[in-house]
Amino acid sequence: MNSTTPLTVGDHPHASFPEGVELDCGVTLAPVDIAYCTYGQLSANKDNAILICHAFTGDQYVAEAHPLTGKPGWWERMVGPGKPIDTNRFFVICSNVLGGCMGSTGPRSPRTDGQEAPGELWGTAFPPITIRDMVRAQHKLVHSLGIERLFAVVGGSMGGMQVLEWAVTYPQMMLAVMPIATAPFHSAQNIAFNEVGRQAIIADPDWRGGRYWEAGVVPARGLAVARMMAHITYLSEEALTRKFGRRMRRGPAGGQGPEGPVSTFGDIFEVESYLRYQGSSFVRRFDANSYLSITRAMDWFDIAADHDGDLTPAFAGTAVRFCVVSFSSDWLFPTSAARTLARALNRAAANVSFVEIETDKGHDAFLLEEPDFDRTVRGFLCGVAEHAGLS
Amino acid sequence: MRLDQRLIADMIEPKTRVLDIGSGDGTLIGHLYRERGCDARGIELNMELVTRSVAHGLPVVHGDADHDLAYYPDHSFDYVVLQRTLQAVERPREVLRQMLRIGRYAIVSFPNFGHWQLRLRLLLGGRMPMTAVWHTPWYETPNIHPCTIRDFLELCRQDGYIVEKWLAVDEDGERAPWRRSIRLANLFGEQALFLLRRR
Repeated sequence: MNSTTPLTVGDHPHASFPEGVELDCGVTLAPVDIAYCTYGQLSANKDNAILICHAFTGDQYVAEAHPLTGKPGWWERMVGPGKPIDTNRFFVICSNVLGGCMGSTGPRSPRTDGQEAPGELWGTAFPPITIRDMVRAQHKLVHSLGIERLFAVVGGSMGGMQVLEWAVTYPQMMLAVMPIATAPFHSAQNIAFNEVGRQAIIADPDWRGGRYWEAGVVPARGLAVARMMAHITYLSEEALTRKFGRRMRRGPAGGQGPEGPVSTFGDIFEVESYLRYQGSSFVRRFDANSYLSITRAMDWFDIAADHDGDLTPAFAGTAVRFCVVSFSSDWLFPTSAARTLARALNRAAANVSFVEIETDKGHDAFLLEEPDFDRTVRGFLCGVAEHAGLS
Repeated sequence: MRLDQRLIADMIEPKTRVLDIGSGDGTLIGHLYRERGCDARGIELNMELVTRSVAHGLPVVHGDADHDLAYYPDHSFDYVVLQRTLQAVERPREVLRQMLRIGRYAIVSFPNFGHWQLRLRLLLGGRMPMTAVWHTPWYETPNIHPCTIRDFLELCRQDGYIVEKWLAVDEDGERAPWRRSIRLANLFGEQALFLLRRR
């Protein structure tokens, strides 16, 4: 946790909506910017667009080097020419979620509710947002691109929540959806994990009641701890054992703490070192107040609750083709949650495929090398195209 | 496609809704979808086969006959198919009931335990019969509910299902010529194939 300077936000390509977005909380958030990337060519009939929804700490840089971190796009192995989501064939759109911090309007944007001091940012005054609000903003973006109907909406984890929300809120807007490593509601355990992360941020003195930008600091420790804890939930016990086991590495003082040659925290386990690295690199690219806003949006997510507690009516009469994918070692969004979803879709007589991919990589498996998963994505999309009569 | 699958496909009207329970690698639903214009979907227990089917663009869910049929709405399919599996499910009677709740027609095939070879081997050898169709030893077999053609007809009678069509076939799926006599079919048919509907 050495470097605590956040990387500066450049000007990300975006669309602006002066009229803003009406939020579930009743507030109209205006204006709204939505930063996005596209890949491939939109066909003349505008029938080949796939919207990809990113996960909690992802962003719109799906298939290109990230302008801030320089790292490859987060789904480059899935999206690109000849890849399972083939940009030679499909026009791919991915936008930064509302409430995010990579160019879309969020807590780090200038406050615009009429009560702002000059130069004030939203911070914790940013109105509470929901997954549906994120989807409403994406809908505006898609509409502004002249697309009346998406070919498919695809996403994992929180991206999968958005996918489900799309299918429920705009069922006429797409032929197919792929909710991946996700659930129709956020579980108590997941809310609990989110709460620990939030409390770590809030407990950091540098958070300063959410107004840390005024002092030119970031709550780096709190945010890093939140990330470290969350990162554990993205893996699995087997994956951690396989990658790190109980291996040690020399601490910064060469195994010697301040008290001399024998020290409790002189040498550290490799898994600790890995998590510290994950924490410190995260604070440079992610905004703490966005972390609070977005985790809260996930906690509120419950498709059934918005339909009198029953999941099936939410999908009643849908013509959308579903492909639900889970991963066997994912304990954050376990297969049981995906099965609940698949059964509710069956009850609604929806056209649904449901695949559990066998892997030890945990929740993060959807971002990693999984040949069966790649084949599933490619095959499902080809099947939808075949059914729709698209060449 | 196996010959018995072809016989099943022949029982299905084009452009209908079909649910194949135990859809395997998706051969039958793929055929019905691509050649017959059916809205054909599958349920399969073997995840490798599920993945293979979905990767071929076919709508298949991971699940099984005993646990997942309850989640399908009434009358949501025209045909519900169960190939060579009835003898291996936990509750065959309930599975049949679910099939005819979900579908207008049920198509069921199963290996006939009344075949003469089985009868003869049990009679003469005094051991559980092993044949080309029944080839796993008693302690390993998934076939926990074997029945004969006459047993099956009796269950249909009890539960009020109407037999629209039936066929006895040999292991390769060739139609066997004992159409007129159930007793002969029960003695000489290795596999049985039924098209049922609700009364």
